[in-house]
Amino acid sequence: MIEKKTIFSLSSGRPPAGVAVVRVSGPAAGAALLALGGRVPPPRRATLVRLRDAGTAIDDALVLWFPAPGSFTGEDVAELHVTGGPAVVAALLRALGTVEGLRPAEPGEFTRRAFDNGKLDLTEAEGLADLIDAETEAQRCQALRQASGGLRTRAESWHARLLSVLAETEAALDFSDDEEDVSTRLVEGEGPEIMALVREMEDHLGNYHFAERLRRGLTIVLLGAPNAGKSSLINALAKRDVAIVSPEAGTTRDLIEVHLDLGGVAATLVDTAGLRDAAGAVEAEGVRRARQRADESDLVVFLLGPDDREAHIPAGAIVVESKADIRHGHADTRLRVSAVTGEGLAALEALLVERADALVGAGQDALVTHARQRDALAECRDALATAFEEHDAVLRAESLRLAMRALGRLTGRVGVEDILDIVFGRFCIGK
Amino acid sequence: MERFDVLVIGAGHAGCEAATAAARAGARTLLVTPGRATIGVMSCNPAIGGLGKGHIVRELDALGGVMSEAADAAAIQYRLLNRRKGPAVQGPRAQADRKLYRRAMQRAIDTQPGLQVLEARVDDLVVDADGVSGVVLSDGATIGALAVVLTTGTFLGGVILIGGDVRDGGRVGEASSVNLAQRLRALGLPMARLKTGTPARLDGRTIDWTRVEWQDGDDVPSFFAASTRGAMNPQLSCGITRTNIATHDIIRENIHASAVYSGRIEGTGPRYCPSIEDKVMRFGDRDGHQVFLEPEGLDDPLIYPNGLSTSLPVDVQRAFLRTLTGLEQVEIARPGYAIEYDYIDPRALSRTLELHAIPRLFFAGQINGTTGYEEAAGQGLVAGLNAARSARDLSPAVFDRAESYIGVMIDDLVTQGVTEPYRMFTSRAEYRLHLRADNADQRLSEKAIALGLLSGHRARLFRDRAEALVKGRAQLDAARASPAQLQRAGLGVRQDGVTRSAFEWLRFPDVAWADAVSVWPELSDIAEPHAEQLHTDARYAVYLERQSGEIDAFRRDEALRLPYDLDYSAIGGLSNEMIDRLNRARPDSLGAAARVAGVTPAALTALLRHVKRAA
Repeated sequence: MIEKKTIFSLSSGRPPAGVAVVRVSGPAAGAALLALGGRVPPPRRATLVRLRDAGTAIDDALVLWFPAPGSFTGEDVAELHVTGGPAVVAALLRALGTVEGLRPAEPGEFTRRAFDNGKLDLTEAEGLADLIDAETEAQRCQALRQASGGLRTRAESWHARLLSVLAETEAALDFSDDEEDVSTRLVEGEGPEIMALVREMEDHLGNYHFAERLRRGLTIVLLGAPNAGKSSLINALAKRDVAIVSPEAGTTRDLIEVHLDLGGVAATLVDTAGLRDAAGAVEAEGVRRARQRADESDLVVFLLGPDDREAHIPAGAIVVESKADIRHGHADTRLRVSAVTGEGLAALEALLVERADALVGAGQDALVTHARQRDALAECRDALATAFEEHDAVLRAESLRLAMRALGRLTGRVGVEDILDIVFGRFCIGK
Repeated sequence: MERFDVLVIGAGHAGCEAATAAARAGARTLLVTPGRATIGVMSCNPAIGGLGKGHIVRELDALGGVMSEAADAAAIQYRLLNRRKGPAVQGPRAQADRKLYRRAMQRAIDTQPGLQVLEARVDDLVVDADGVSGVVLSDGATIGALAVVLTTGTFLGGVILIGGDVRDGGRVGEASSVNLAQRLRALGLPMARLKTGTPARLDGRTIDWTRVEWQDGDDVPSFFAASTRGAMNPQLSCGITRTNIATHDIIRENIHASAVYSGRIEGTGPRYCPSIEDKVMRFGDRDGHQVFLEPEGLDDPLIYPNGLSTSLPVDVQRAFLRTLTGLEQVEIARPGYAIEYDYIDPRALSRTLELHAIPRLFFAGQINGTTGYEEAAGQGLVAGLNAARSARDLSPAVFDRAESYIGVMIDDLVTQGVTEPYRMFTSRAEYRLHLRADNADQRLSEKAIALGLLSGHRARLFRDRAEALVKGRAQLDAARASPAQLQRAGLGVRQDGVTRSAFEWLRFPDVAWADAVSVWPELSDIAEPHAEQLHTDARYAVYLERQSGEIDAFRRDEALRLPYDLDYSAIGGLSNEMIDRLNRARPDSLGAAARVAGVTPAALTALLRHVKRAA
């Protein structure tokens, strides 16, 4: 017999911090409380308990006890709030590790158990993962909608309508020949409903790329000749605390990345090696990568130094003139910035926010945000479209069944009994 | 004490099929029935087959069963239902002469080598820790058996209700099996109640046949048995009349007197075969319901008014019947009634229909919560076959959802259980395009021969047909043509320049079989029934290919076995609700678990991890 392990981990941020929360989930969670604190407090009541490791005090902890199934994971859960010092947390984790039946949790394992216990459906679990990862307000809203069942609600409504269409079709196959009630009432009414479903799914799929961009964040690539002032611009933007989330070294030496919050939309601004013709082999590779990165990005900002030729500017790029402080005259229509004086930086930010907003478009309201969800929904839509075209009732039913299975993959599943329930509720069957 | 390999209790549709299948599978078999004369009685409507049901009869034929040939011997009107829809959902159906059916079935029983019949009533089972080992008759005699098949239909604790009149009975005029019912309850088996009903039988001589409409049978009959060469009886038509407002008013006024509506019944009835009371109360907005007047036999004046099942008092039955056109003077020969009976929760059974709790005790038919002659017979064959195999220490023979309606039915029963009497529909089969009435032999007969169920003349018929189909298919694959060639032959196909085989061309709705023969004259060698099946295969080819992928996936899930005594509460990641559902269903594979109602994908993931780890 497989033994169900109890897992534990630090669930709050990395110490040192004011408070650290350690979560324990599984059948031995109660035993762990007994072992460390000598008692299990009443359910859902914050209780002060002195935790000890083999007699040595660790800390006075605020302990919360959630017996199964009324907990986040659906299992027995204990939450230990201790002082957030590294030594305290380390001592507590070490002590928990010595309790029989406990092991450290793997990443995402608490959510996984919540999902396994039916506390979350697949789309809600995906939403929760996104919520934890959300860096910006728009991402947070999108993930929260998902985690609280936005897509599930929609899918359930599609499900109910598709079920109704399928029931009509199956009734026609199983009963129409012998049951006048079915044969006289069955008009070819499913066609418009099938088409309506196809169109609605189409709309949601159409918003997918906006939503997906919003979920993972935009990539903005900064291109320009060497010495056009790219690094200075990045540093200048990075110094404006409104823009910066976290500066972070790129994975390759020639690509430097900073994370921006563009009016709620997360974006990564990537600095690249300077574009230059007739370069050496190593530099040519850097240029090739820069171009490739630009091709894959959502937006390109092309920085033009005072002496640069206007070459290699990709279509759709925002062109910005740099080093405004040493230029003469006025920019015509172009934005001109100076990393030294800060001139034009606010205008550049505003422009980026505007473009970012357009790029995520309806993404804030979109429900389909993951490739898995998109694939299942697209399969459903394709099967429905096939059903709409099909004249043979048996083959139409076959395509509708396929559509149903695809939709079922999004959230749950459908059984034959669901279809028959509708058939018997709606038609008077039985000679 | 006399000993048999297999002992079958009950000689209805399940019992007859079980006894003959056990004997064919090599078991020394005894069929015990309270009355020899009631062997093969049709207790409800005088018809065999229909949508889903006709599929089962063809499958029985492919497995060497007895129902198909008896039905053809008794048929007095053939109709292939859903003729205008696709071949996958076409079901053969026939009106049957009751007397001829009984006679044919009794002949099949009498001539089956290895099968004896005993006229007696069974009061008890001999059960010990090792399982069942025999039965005790009402006279106290004991008969030993290595395996026992129970096919008692509605006779277990049967109660007949007509209006306020309630009496024990398994069928009108026949006693129910009270002692056996008590014994099964005492064994702690999960029993519950179901109900069903039947209409009054009318004296056809009191019907004004000039005032009803008529429905004829098919000009070209679709037989049930491969061995049938032509219609064996004169063919009759059925009358059609309908209920009207006056009928409904009488029923509504007297609804309190209906046994079913007065709350005298606790069992659940079938939604697809509602009583006329149900139809009027639930679908009151309809101004009338169609009623088929089906003859009970060639020389029998009795008429079965299909669609008028009722448990109203006799005088109310007479009153409402006389409101129907043509029935103004009708006399009731026997009133309609509702019957409530015991059934066993089929989730207590394995796929061989053996009871998990008592080894070598098998259950088949209505006692498992099903309704319908065909459903009963299908289970009978599986139970009888496996009783024989268990008596002879052979491995179980199981039928799955991808190969037969019989497999679909048994899987539904043992994994889902029933909430109302279970009947077959084509919509229950996820591989419907593959599970057709026309290819039942291709799906099952090879297996039947290997199991010893099909031999001699009937096996030869199958081999001949299989050979002709293979040859025909090879011809269709070899014959090729371009769209231009088809156009020259007068066929309006898309000119995409792709040369295709005849089999591929036949997929297009615009290419009829006759067209194919005109393009490739050599195809006229292919005989008509084979041509029809090959054409269907061609039409469904794209879908069948995809289904075959799904069937592979289905079989992979079925191969992930879950032991019967699995402790679900010890598997990580299952909620209490899931543990409860799985405990009741005890699915035998991961695939079956997925079909248990309400089991979530998350629970399946947890189960999958468990099986993989255990493997």
